[in-house]
Amino acid sequence: MFQQSFFQLGQYILFIKKVFQKPEKLKMYWIQYLKELASLGLNSIGIVFLISIFMGAVLTIQTGINLENPFIPLYLIGYATRDSMILEFSSTIVSLILAGKIGSNIASEIGTMRVTEQIDALEIMGVNSASYLVLPKIAAAISFFPFLVIMSIIVGVWGGWLGGCVLTEVLSTGQYIEGLRYYFLPYYVVYSLIKTSVFAFIITSVSSYYGYHAEGSALDVGRASTKAVVYSSVLILLFNLIITQLLLV
Amino acid sequence: MIKIQNLCKSFDEVEVLRDITLSFEPGISNLVIGASGSGKTVLLKSLVGLHEIDSGSILYDGRDFSKMNFRERKEIRKEIGMVFQSGALFDSSTVVENVMYPMDMFTQMSPAEKLERANFCLSRVNIVNANHKFPSEISGGMRKRVAIARAIALNPKYLFCDEPNSGLDPKTAILIDNLIQELTQEYQMTTIINTHDMNSVMEIGEKVVFIHQGKAWWEGSHQDIFDTQNKELESFVFASKFQVHINQLKKASGG
Repeated sequence: MFQQSFFQLGQYILFIKKVFQKPEKLKMYWIQYLKELASLGLNSIGIVFLISIFMGAVLTIQTGINLENPFIPLYLIGYATRDSMILEFSSTIVSLILAGKIGSNIASEIGTMRVTEQIDALEIMGVNSASYLVLPKIAAAISFFPFLVIMSIIVGVWGGWLGGCVLTEVLSTGQYIEGLRYYFLPYYVVYSLIKTSVFAFIITSVSSYYGYHAEGSALDVGRASTKAVVYSSVLILLFNLIITQLLLV
Repeated sequence: MIKIQNLCKSFDEVEVLRDITLSFEPGISNLVIGASGSGKTVLLKSLVGLHEIDSGSILYDGRDFSKMNFRERKEIRKEIGMVFQSGALFDSSTVVENVMYPMDMFTQMSPAEKLERANFCLSRVNIVNANHKFPSEISGGMRKRVAIARAIALNPKYLFCDEPNSGLDPKTAILIDNLIQELTQEYQMTTIINTHDMNSVMEIGEKVVFIHQGKAWWEGSHQDIFDTQNKELESFVFASKFQVHINQLKKASGG
Protein backbone atom coordinates (compact mmCIF):
# COMPACT_ATOMS: atom_id res chain seq x y z
CA MET A 1 0.00 0.00 0.00
CA PHE A 2 2.84 2.42 0.88
CA GLN A 3 4.60 1.50 -2.34
CA GLN A 4 1.42 2.24 -4.28
CA SER A 5 1.00 5.58 -2.48
CA PHE A 6 4.58 6.60 -3.32
CA PHE A 7 4.04 5.54 -6.92
CA GLN A 8 0.88 7.68 -7.10
CA LEU A 9 2.67 10.64 -5.52
CA GLY A 10 5.56 10.36 -7.96
CA GLN A 11 3.21 10.08 -10.91
CA TYR A 12 1.25 13.10 -9.66
CA ILE A 13 4.44 15.19 -9.39
CA LEU A 14 5.49 14.23 -12.93
CA PHE A 15 1.99 15.07 -14.13
CA ILE A 16 2.14 18.52 -12.50
CA LYS A 17 5.56 19.09 -14.06
CA LYS A 18 4.05 18.32 -17.47
CA VAL A 19 1.11 20.62 -16.77
CA PHE A 20 3.37 23.59 -16.00
CA GLN A 21 5.43 23.40 -19.17
CA LYS A 22 5.51 26.32 -21.59
CA PRO A 23 2.22 26.55 -23.53
CA GLU A 24 2.37 25.97 -27.31
CA LYS A 25 0.17 28.93 -28.15
CA LEU A 26 -0.83 31.32 -25.42
CA LYS A 27 -3.93 32.53 -27.28
CA MET A 28 -5.43 29.02 -27.31
CA TYR A 29 -4.79 28.67 -23.58
CA TRP A 30 -6.43 32.03 -22.95
CA ILE A 31 -9.55 30.90 -24.82
CA GLN A 32 -9.60 27.70 -22.77
CA TYR A 33 -9.12 29.74 -19.58
CA LEU A 34 -12.17 31.86 -20.36
CA LYS A 35 -14.23 28.74 -21.07
CA GLU A 36 -13.12 27.20 -17.78
CA LEU A 37 -13.94 30.41 -15.88
CA ALA A 38 -17.51 30.01 -17.08
CA SER A 39 -17.65 26.27 -16.55
CA LEU A 40 -15.91 26.01 -13.16
CA GLY A 41 -16.55 29.46 -11.72
CA LEU A 42 -19.74 31.08 -12.97
CA ASN A 43 -21.64 27.79 -12.99
CA SER A 44 -20.81 27.33 -9.28
CA ILE A 45 -22.26 30.65 -8.13
CA GLY A 46 -25.75 29.20 -7.67
CA ILE A 47 -24.76 26.31 -5.45
CA VAL A 48 -22.35 28.43 -3.38
CA PHE A 49 -25.10 31.03 -2.86
CA LEU A 50 -27.59 28.39 -1.76
CA ILE A 51 -25.21 26.62 0.63
CA SER A 52 -23.94 29.87 2.15
CA ILE A 53 -27.34 31.35 2.90
CA PHE A 54 -28.49 28.19 4.70
CA MET A 55 -25.16 27.76 6.50
CA GLY A 56 -25.29 31.33 7.78
CA ALA A 57 -28.89 30.98 8.92
CA VAL A 58 -28.31 27.68 10.72
CA LEU A 59 -25.10 28.97 12.32
CA THR A 60 -26.90 31.97 13.82
CA ILE A 61 -29.85 29.96 15.06
CA GLN A 62 -27.65 27.25 16.63
CA THR A 63 -25.33 29.80 18.26
CA GLY A 64 -28.38 31.65 19.56
CA ILE A 65 -29.80 28.47 21.11
CA ASN A 66 -26.46 27.70 22.79
CA LEU A 67 -25.95 31.23 24.15
CA GLU A 68 -28.97 31.51 26.41
CA ASN A 69 -26.80 32.57 29.36
CA PRO A 70 -27.85 36.17 30.35
CA PHE A 71 -24.20 37.05 31.12
CA ILE A 72 -23.15 36.50 27.49
CA PRO A 73 -24.14 39.44 25.26
CA LEU A 74 -26.32 38.51 22.29
CA TYR A 75 -24.21 40.46 19.80
CA LEU A 76 -21.63 37.66 20.13
CA ILE A 77 -23.98 35.56 17.98
CA GLY A 78 -23.25 37.89 15.04
CA TYR A 79 -19.56 37.82 15.91
CA ALA A 80 -19.54 33.99 15.96
CA THR A 81 -21.42 33.77 12.67
CA ARG A 82 -19.03 36.18 10.96
CA ASP A 83 -15.84 34.47 12.12
CA SER A 84 -17.18 30.97 11.51
CA MET A 85 -18.08 31.91 7.96
CA ILE A 86 -14.75 33.60 7.30
CA LEU A 87 -12.48 31.10 9.01
CA GLU A 88 -14.04 27.79 8.13
CA PHE A 89 -17.39 27.57 6.42
CA SER A 90 -16.87 29.78 3.36
CA SER A 91 -13.44 28.40 2.61
CA THR A 92 -13.33 24.78 3.75
CA ILE A 93 -16.95 23.66 3.59
CA VAL A 94 -17.58 25.43 0.29
CA SER A 95 -14.36 23.90 -1.09
CA LEU A 96 -15.52 20.45 0.00
CA ILE A 97 -18.80 20.99 -1.80
CA LEU A 98 -16.95 22.24 -4.88
CA ALA A 99 -14.64 19.20 -4.72
CA GLY A 100 -17.77 17.13 -5.23
CA LYS A 101 -19.26 19.27 -7.97
CA ILE A 102 -16.19 20.41 -9.89
CA GLY A 103 -13.90 17.48 -9.04
CA SER A 104 -16.22 14.85 -10.47
CA ASN A 105 -16.93 17.07 -13.47
CA ILE A 106 -13.23 17.51 -14.29
CA ALA A 107 -12.33 13.84 -13.73
CA SER A 108 -15.18 12.57 -15.88
CA GLU A 109 -14.54 15.13 -18.64
CA ILE A 110 -10.81 14.36 -18.91
CA GLY A 111 -11.38 10.64 -18.27
CA THR A 112 -13.86 10.46 -21.14
CA MET A 113 -11.38 12.27 -23.37
CA ARG A 114 -8.78 9.67 -22.39
CA VAL A 115 -10.89 6.57 -23.08
CA THR A 116 -12.24 7.97 -26.37
CA GLU A 117 -8.67 8.66 -27.56
CA GLN A 118 -9.19 12.44 -27.72
CA ILE A 119 -6.10 12.93 -25.53
CA ASP A 120 -4.09 10.65 -27.85
CA ALA A 121 -5.30 12.77 -30.77
CA LEU A 122 -3.96 15.90 -29.05
CA GLU A 123 -0.62 14.23 -28.31
CA ILE A 124 -0.20 13.08 -31.92
CA MET A 125 -0.82 16.61 -33.14
CA GLY A 126 2.14 17.64 -30.99
CA VAL A 127 0.07 19.30 -28.25
CA ASN A 128 1.08 18.90 -24.60
CA SER A 129 -2.33 17.52 -23.66
CA ALA A 130 -1.78 17.68 -19.89
CA SER A 131 -0.88 21.35 -20.04
CA TYR A 132 -3.56 22.30 -22.58
CA LEU A 133 -6.37 20.57 -20.71
CA VAL A 134 -5.36 21.14 -17.09
CA LEU A 135 -3.47 24.44 -16.83
CA PRO A 136 -6.48 26.59 -17.81
CA LYS A 137 -8.62 24.72 -15.25
CA ILE A 138 -6.10 25.32 -12.45
CA ALA A 139 -5.70 28.98 -13.43
CA ALA A 140 -9.47 29.49 -13.65
CA ALA A 141 -10.13 27.86 -10.28
CA ILE A 142 -7.33 29.70 -8.46
CA SER A 143 -8.43 33.04 -9.87
CA PHE A 144 -12.19 32.56 -9.40
CA PHE A 145 -12.56 30.58 -6.15
CA PRO A 146 -11.54 33.56 -3.96
CA PHE A 147 -14.47 35.53 -5.44
CA LEU A 148 -16.78 32.64 -4.64
CA VAL A 149 -15.51 32.63 -1.07
CA ILE A 150 -15.98 36.38 -0.66
CA MET A 151 -19.49 35.98 -2.04
CA SER A 152 -20.07 33.07 0.32
CA ILE A 153 -19.00 35.14 3.35
CA ILE A 154 -21.31 38.01 2.40
CA VAL A 155 -24.26 35.73 1.61
CA GLY A 156 -23.61 33.65 4.75
CA VAL A 157 -23.66 36.72 6.97
CA TRP A 158 -26.84 37.87 5.25
CA GLY A 159 -28.33 34.38 5.75
CA GLY A 160 -27.38 34.64 9.43
CA TRP A 161 -29.34 37.86 9.70
CA LEU A 162 -32.33 36.24 7.95
CA GLY A 163 -32.21 33.18 10.25
CA GLY A 164 -31.41 34.92 13.52
CA CYS A 165 -33.13 38.30 13.23
CA VAL A 166 -36.02 37.77 10.79
CA LEU A 167 -37.09 34.13 11.03
CA THR A 168 -36.47 33.26 14.70
CA GLU A 169 -35.82 36.69 16.24
CA VAL A 170 -33.09 35.28 18.50
CA LEU A 171 -31.50 38.72 18.45
CA SER A 172 -32.21 42.13 17.01
CA THR A 173 -30.73 43.49 13.78
CA GLY A 174 -28.78 46.07 15.78
CA GLN A 175 -27.22 43.42 18.01
CA TYR A 176 -26.36 41.31 14.98
CA ILE A 177 -24.64 44.22 13.21
CA GLU A 178 -22.80 45.12 16.43
CA GLY A 179 -21.51 41.53 16.54
CA LEU A 180 -20.43 41.68 12.91
CA ARG A 181 -18.38 44.82 13.63
CA TYR A 182 -16.92 43.52 16.89
CA TYR A 183 -13.17 42.78 16.89
CA PHE A 184 -12.87 42.28 13.12
CA LEU A 185 -9.45 41.04 11.96
CA PRO A 186 -8.92 41.56 8.20
CA TYR A 187 -6.12 38.98 8.36
CA TYR A 188 -8.75 36.28 8.78
CA VAL A 189 -10.06 37.11 5.32
CA VAL A 190 -6.52 36.91 3.91
CA TYR A 191 -6.06 33.54 5.63
CA SER A 192 -9.35 32.32 4.19
CA LEU A 193 -8.44 33.42 0.66
CA ILE A 194 -4.99 31.78 0.87
CA LYS A 195 -6.66 28.56 2.00
CA THR A 196 -9.15 28.74 -0.83
CA SER A 197 -6.44 29.19 -3.45
CA VAL A 198 -4.64 26.10 -2.15
CA PHE A 199 -7.91 24.14 -2.13
CA ALA A 200 -8.64 25.31 -5.70
CA PHE A 201 -5.29 23.93 -6.81
CA ILE A 202 -5.92 20.64 -4.98
CA ILE A 203 -9.39 20.15 -6.45
CA THR A 204 -8.42 20.88 -10.06
CA SER A 205 -5.02 19.16 -10.11
CA VAL A 206 -6.04 16.01 -8.24
CA SER A 207 -9.24 15.58 -10.24
CA SER A 208 -7.41 16.19 -13.51
CA TYR A 209 -4.74 13.68 -12.47
CA TYR A 210 -7.30 10.92 -11.88
CA GLY A 211 -9.17 11.74 -15.08
CA TYR A 212 -5.99 11.89 -17.14
CA HIS A 213 -4.86 8.48 -15.91
CA ALA A 214 -8.22 6.76 -16.37
CA GLU A 215 -7.92 3.65 -18.51
CA GLY A 216 -10.42 1.37 -20.17
CA SER A 217 -14.12 2.00 -20.16
CA ALA A 218 -16.90 4.22 -18.83
CA LEU A 219 -16.72 2.19 -15.62
CA ASP A 220 -13.11 3.30 -15.11
CA VAL A 221 -14.10 6.91 -15.75
CA GLY A 222 -16.70 6.55 -12.99
CA ARG A 223 -14.06 5.11 -10.65
CA ALA A 224 -11.65 7.92 -11.52
CA SER A 225 -14.40 10.42 -10.77
CA THR A 226 -15.07 8.88 -7.34
CA LYS A 227 -11.36 8.76 -6.50
CA ALA A 228 -11.00 12.40 -7.56
CA VAL A 229 -13.70 13.53 -5.12
CA VAL A 230 -12.50 11.34 -2.24
CA TYR A 231 -8.80 12.26 -2.51
CA SER A 232 -9.52 15.95 -3.12
CA SER A 233 -11.71 16.03 0.00
CA VAL A 234 -9.15 14.22 2.15
CA LEU A 235 -6.37 16.53 0.95
CA ILE A 236 -8.52 19.60 1.61
CA LEU A 237 -9.01 18.48 5.22
CA LEU A 238 -5.30 17.71 5.62
CA PHE A 239 -4.14 21.01 4.13
CA ASN A 240 -6.77 22.87 6.15
CA LEU A 241 -4.99 21.65 9.26
CA ILE A 242 -1.50 22.41 7.90
CA ILE A 243 -2.38 25.92 6.67
CA THR A 244 -4.19 26.74 9.89
CA GLN A 245 -1.14 25.65 11.90
CA LEU A 246 1.12 27.72 9.66
CA LEU A 247 -0.95 30.89 9.41
CA LEU A 248 -2.98 31.14 12.60
CA VAL A 249 -1.18 29.38 15.43
CA MET B 1 9.08 6.83 -46.14
CA ILE B 2 8.87 5.10 -42.77
CA LYS B 3 11.30 2.36 -41.84
CA ILE B 4 11.04 0.15 -38.78
CA GLN B 5 14.07 -1.81 -37.69
CA ASN B 6 14.02 -4.63 -35.13
CA LEU B 7 11.17 -3.08 -33.17
CA CYS B 8 10.24 -4.82 -29.92
CA LYS B 9 7.55 -3.86 -27.44
CA SER B 10 6.26 -5.63 -24.38
CA PHE B 11 3.79 -4.87 -21.59
CA ASP B 12 4.46 -6.36 -18.16
CA GLU B 13 6.80 -8.98 -19.59
CA VAL B 14 4.27 -9.98 -22.28
CA GLU B 15 5.94 -9.52 -25.65
CA VAL B 16 3.47 -7.83 -27.98
CA LEU B 17 5.76 -6.90 -30.87
CA ARG B 18 8.79 -9.06 -31.67
CA ASP B 19 11.67 -7.92 -33.81
CA ILE B 20 9.62 -6.21 -36.50
CA THR B 21 11.48 -4.85 -39.52
CA LEU B 22 9.37 -3.18 -42.19
CA SER B 23 9.35 -0.25 -44.58
CA PHE B 24 6.42 1.77 -45.86
CA GLU B 25 6.62 3.70 -49.13
CA PRO B 26 4.91 7.05 -49.80
CA GLY B 27 2.07 7.37 -52.30
CA ILE B 28 0.67 3.89 -51.75
CA SER B 29 -1.74 2.43 -49.22
CA ASN B 30 0.20 0.32 -46.74
CA LEU B 31 -2.18 -2.00 -44.92
CA VAL B 32 -1.38 -3.78 -41.68
CA ILE B 33 -3.68 -6.74 -41.14
CA GLY B 34 -3.98 -9.30 -38.38
CA ALA B 35 -6.41 -10.80 -35.94
CA SER B 36 -7.63 -8.88 -32.90
CA GLY B 37 -4.87 -8.85 -30.29
CA SER B 38 -2.12 -9.53 -32.81
CA GLY B 39 -0.40 -6.21 -32.04
CA LYS B 40 -1.55 -4.01 -34.94
CA THR B 41 -2.73 -1.11 -32.79
CA VAL B 42 0.33 -1.35 -30.53
CA LEU B 43 2.50 -1.16 -33.66
CA LEU B 44 0.66 1.93 -34.89
CA LYS B 45 0.74 3.62 -31.49
CA SER B 46 4.43 2.80 -31.15
CA LEU B 47 5.11 4.39 -34.53
CA VAL B 48 3.56 7.70 -33.43
CA GLY B 49 5.12 7.58 -29.97
CA LEU B 50 2.01 6.87 -27.91
CA HIS B 51 3.83 3.75 -26.68
CA GLU B 52 7.55 3.84 -25.94
CA ILE B 53 9.32 0.98 -27.69
CA ASP B 54 11.69 -1.35 -25.82
CA SER B 55 14.26 -1.63 -28.61
CA GLY B 56 14.72 -1.02 -32.31
CA SER B 57 14.29 2.14 -34.31
CA ILE B 58 11.62 4.04 -36.24
CA LEU B 59 12.90 6.19 -39.09
CA TYR B 60 10.79 8.95 -40.60
CA ASP B 61 12.63 9.73 -43.84
CA GLY B 62 15.88 8.86 -42.09
CA ARG B 63 15.07 10.71 -38.85
CA ASP B 64 15.17 8.34 -35.88
CA PHE B 65 11.93 9.06 -34.02
CA SER B 66 12.66 6.57 -31.24
CA LYS B 67 15.76 8.46 -30.12
CA MET B 68 14.21 11.92 -30.17
CA ASN B 69 13.25 13.94 -27.11
CA PHE B 70 9.78 15.41 -26.56
CA ARG B 71 10.50 18.66 -28.44
CA GLU B 72 12.09 16.97 -31.44
CA ARG B 73 9.16 14.57 -31.62
CA LYS B 74 6.77 17.50 -31.59
CA GLU B 75 8.25 18.71 -34.88
CA ILE B 76 7.72 15.29 -36.50
CA ARG B 77 4.23 15.07 -35.05
CA LYS B 78 3.26 18.22 -36.90
CA GLU B 79 3.87 16.20 -40.08
CA ILE B 80 1.63 13.36 -38.86
CA GLY B 81 -2.11 12.96 -39.30
CA MET B 82 -3.94 10.21 -37.52
CA VAL B 83 -7.44 8.81 -37.86
CA PHE B 84 -8.47 6.90 -34.77
CA GLN B 85 -10.81 3.94 -34.63
CA SER B 86 -13.40 6.01 -32.79
CA GLY B 87 -12.69 9.19 -34.77
CA ALA B 88 -11.52 10.89 -31.53
CA LEU B 89 -13.22 14.15 -32.44
CA PHE B 90 -13.38 16.73 -29.68
CA ASP B 91 -16.89 16.43 -28.23
CA SER B 92 -17.15 20.05 -27.14
CA SER B 93 -16.18 21.45 -30.56
CA THR B 94 -18.20 21.61 -33.74
CA VAL B 95 -17.19 19.86 -36.96
CA VAL B 96 -15.48 22.93 -38.38
CA GLU B 97 -13.76 23.73 -35.07
CA ASN B 98 -12.40 20.18 -34.98
CA VAL B 99 -10.89 20.57 -38.45
CA MET B 100 -9.56 24.04 -37.67
CA TYR B 101 -7.97 22.95 -34.39
CA PRO B 102 -4.51 21.94 -35.76
CA MET B 103 -4.38 25.22 -37.69
CA ASP B 104 -5.42 27.21 -34.60
CA MET B 105 -2.67 25.55 -32.61
CA PHE B 106 0.23 25.51 -35.03
CA THR B 107 -0.22 28.12 -37.73
CA GLN B 108 -0.41 31.89 -37.92
CA MET B 109 -3.19 31.77 -40.53
CA SER B 110 -5.98 34.34 -40.33
CA PRO B 111 -9.45 33.14 -39.27
CA ALA B 112 -10.68 33.50 -42.88
CA GLU B 113 -7.78 31.42 -44.21
CA LYS B 114 -8.36 28.75 -41.58
CA LEU B 115 -12.04 28.58 -42.39
CA GLU B 116 -11.31 28.35 -46.10
CA ARG B 117 -8.82 25.50 -45.54
CA ALA B 118 -11.23 23.69 -43.18
CA ASN B 119 -14.05 23.98 -45.72
CA PHE B 120 -11.73 22.67 -48.43
CA CYS B 121 -10.73 19.65 -46.28
CA LEU B 122 -14.37 18.97 -45.42
CA SER B 123 -15.44 19.21 -49.04
CA ARG B 124 -12.56 16.85 -49.93
CA VAL B 125 -14.15 14.21 -47.68
CA ASN B 126 -17.65 15.05 -48.97
CA ILE B 127 -18.94 16.75 -45.84
CA VAL B 128 -21.18 19.70 -46.60
CA ASN B 129 -23.61 21.70 -44.47
CA ALA B 130 -22.41 20.12 -41.23
CA ASN B 131 -19.92 22.77 -40.11
CA HIS B 132 -21.82 23.74 -36.99
CA LYS B 133 -22.91 20.30 -35.89
CA PHE B 134 -21.31 18.60 -32.92
CA PRO B 135 -19.75 15.12 -33.25
CA SER B 136 -22.67 13.63 -31.31
CA GLU B 137 -25.07 14.97 -33.95
CA ILE B 138 -23.50 13.26 -36.97
CA SER B 139 -23.32 9.63 -38.09
CA GLY B 140 -20.38 7.25 -37.54
CA GLY B 141 -19.33 7.46 -41.18
CA MET B 142 -19.41 11.25 -41.09
CA ARG B 143 -17.35 11.26 -37.89
CA LYS B 144 -14.70 9.16 -39.62
CA ARG B 145 -14.67 11.51 -42.59
CA VAL B 146 -14.40 14.57 -40.33
CA ALA B 147 -11.50 12.81 -38.57
CA ILE B 148 -9.82 12.35 -41.97
CA ALA B 149 -10.43 16.02 -42.79
CA ARG B 150 -8.80 17.01 -39.48
CA ALA B 151 -5.90 14.65 -40.14
CA ILE B 152 -5.14 16.22 -43.53
CA ALA B 153 -5.71 19.83 -42.41
CA LEU B 154 -1.99 20.56 -42.13
CA ASN B 155 -0.98 18.60 -45.25
CA PRO B 156 0.72 15.79 -43.34
CA LYS B 157 3.57 13.75 -44.81
CA TYR B 158 2.50 10.69 -42.85
CA LEU B 159 -1.04 9.43 -42.34
CA PHE B 160 -1.98 6.72 -39.86
CA CYS B 161 -5.42 5.16 -39.78
CA ASP B 162 -6.46 2.75 -37.05
CA GLU B 163 -9.30 0.63 -38.39
CA PRO B 164 -10.87 3.55 -40.25
CA ASN B 165 -13.90 1.60 -41.43
CA SER B 166 -14.74 -0.45 -38.36
CA GLY B 167 -18.40 -0.23 -37.43
CA LEU B 168 -19.41 1.13 -40.83
CA ASP B 169 -21.68 -0.42 -43.43
CA PRO B 170 -19.85 -1.97 -46.42
CA LYS B 171 -20.74 0.87 -48.78
CA THR B 172 -19.50 3.62 -46.45
CA ALA B 173 -16.44 1.52 -45.59
CA ILE B 174 -15.47 1.32 -49.27
CA LEU B 175 -16.02 5.09 -49.61
CA ILE B 176 -13.66 5.71 -46.70
CA ASP B 177 -11.06 3.29 -48.12
CA ASN B 178 -11.17 4.92 -51.54
CA LEU B 179 -10.98 8.37 -49.99
CA ILE B 180 -7.84 7.47 -48.03
CA GLN B 181 -6.25 5.95 -51.12
CA GLU B 182 -7.10 9.00 -53.24
CA LEU B 183 -5.65 11.39 -50.66
CA THR B 184 -2.54 9.25 -50.29
CA GLN B 185 -1.86 9.34 -54.01
CA GLU B 186 -2.78 13.00 -54.39
CA TYR B 187 -0.55 14.26 -51.56
CA GLN B 188 2.08 11.48 -51.84
CA MET B 189 1.72 10.72 -48.13
CA THR B 190 3.16 7.67 -46.42
CA THR B 191 -0.06 6.05 -45.29
CA ILE B 192 -0.34 3.14 -42.89
CA ILE B 193 -3.77 1.64 -42.32
CA ASN B 194 -4.59 -0.90 -39.63
CA THR B 195 -7.49 -3.11 -40.56
CA HIS B 196 -8.92 -6.57 -40.28
CA ASP B 197 -11.46 -5.90 -42.99
CA MET B 198 -10.64 -8.07 -46.02
CA ASN B 199 -12.78 -5.88 -48.27
CA SER B 200 -10.33 -3.04 -47.57
CA VAL B 201 -7.41 -5.31 -48.33
CA MET B 202 -8.88 -6.27 -51.67
CA GLU B 203 -9.90 -2.70 -52.49
CA ILE B 204 -6.79 -0.68 -51.64
CA GLY B 205 -4.09 -3.07 -50.38
CA GLU B 206 -1.15 -2.01 -52.53
CA LYS B 207 1.16 -3.25 -49.82
CA VAL B 208 -0.11 -5.61 -47.15
CA VAL B 209 1.70 -6.66 -43.98
CA PHE B 210 0.27 -9.53 -41.95
CA ILE B 211 1.02 -9.37 -38.23
CA HIS B 212 0.74 -12.64 -36.36
CA GLN B 213 1.76 -13.26 -32.75
CA GLY B 214 3.55 -9.91 -32.69
CA LYS B 215 5.70 -10.64 -35.74
CA ALA B 216 5.65 -9.36 -39.29
CA TRP B 217 4.56 -12.74 -40.63
CA TRP B 218 4.00 -11.97 -44.29
CA GLU B 219 4.37 -9.08 -46.77
CA GLY B 220 3.00 -8.63 -50.26
CA SER B 221 0.25 -7.03 -52.30
CA HIS B 222 -3.45 -7.91 -52.30
CA GLN B 223 -2.94 -9.96 -55.47
CA ASP B 224 -0.27 -12.03 -53.74
CA ILE B 225 -2.63 -13.07 -50.94
CA PHE B 226 -4.46 -15.63 -53.09
CA ASP B 227 -1.22 -17.32 -54.10
CA THR B 228 0.25 -17.48 -50.63
CA GLN B 229 1.28 -20.76 -49.07
CA ASN B 230 1.42 -19.14 -45.64
CA LYS B 231 -0.96 -21.17 -43.46
CA GLU B 232 -1.55 -18.50 -40.82
CA LEU B 233 -2.36 -15.88 -43.44
CA GLU B 234 -4.65 -18.27 -45.28
CA SER B 235 -6.53 -19.13 -42.12
CA PHE B 236 -6.91 -15.41 -41.34
CA VAL B 237 -7.96 -14.37 -44.84
CA PHE B 238 -10.33 -17.24 -45.48
CA ALA B 239 -11.85 -17.25 -42.02
CA SER B 240 -15.04 -15.68 -43.33
CA LYS B 241 -17.40 -17.75 -45.47
CA PHE B 242 -17.73 -14.78 -47.78
CA GLN B 243 -14.04 -14.95 -48.65
CA VAL B 244 -14.20 -18.73 -49.04
CA HIS B 245 -17.05 -18.20 -51.47
CA ILE B 246 -15.03 -15.64 -53.45
CA ASN B 247 -12.08 -18.00 -53.53
CA GLN B 248 -14.23 -20.85 -54.82
CA LEU B 249 -15.66 -18.60 -57.50
CA LYS B 250 -12.17 -17.51 -58.54
CA LYS B 251 -11.00 -21.13 -58.76
CA ALA B 252 -14.11 -22.09 -60.70
CA SER B 253 -13.51 -19.33 -63.22
CA GLY B 254 -9.86 -20.36 -63.47
CA GLY B 255 -8.65 -17.06 -61.95
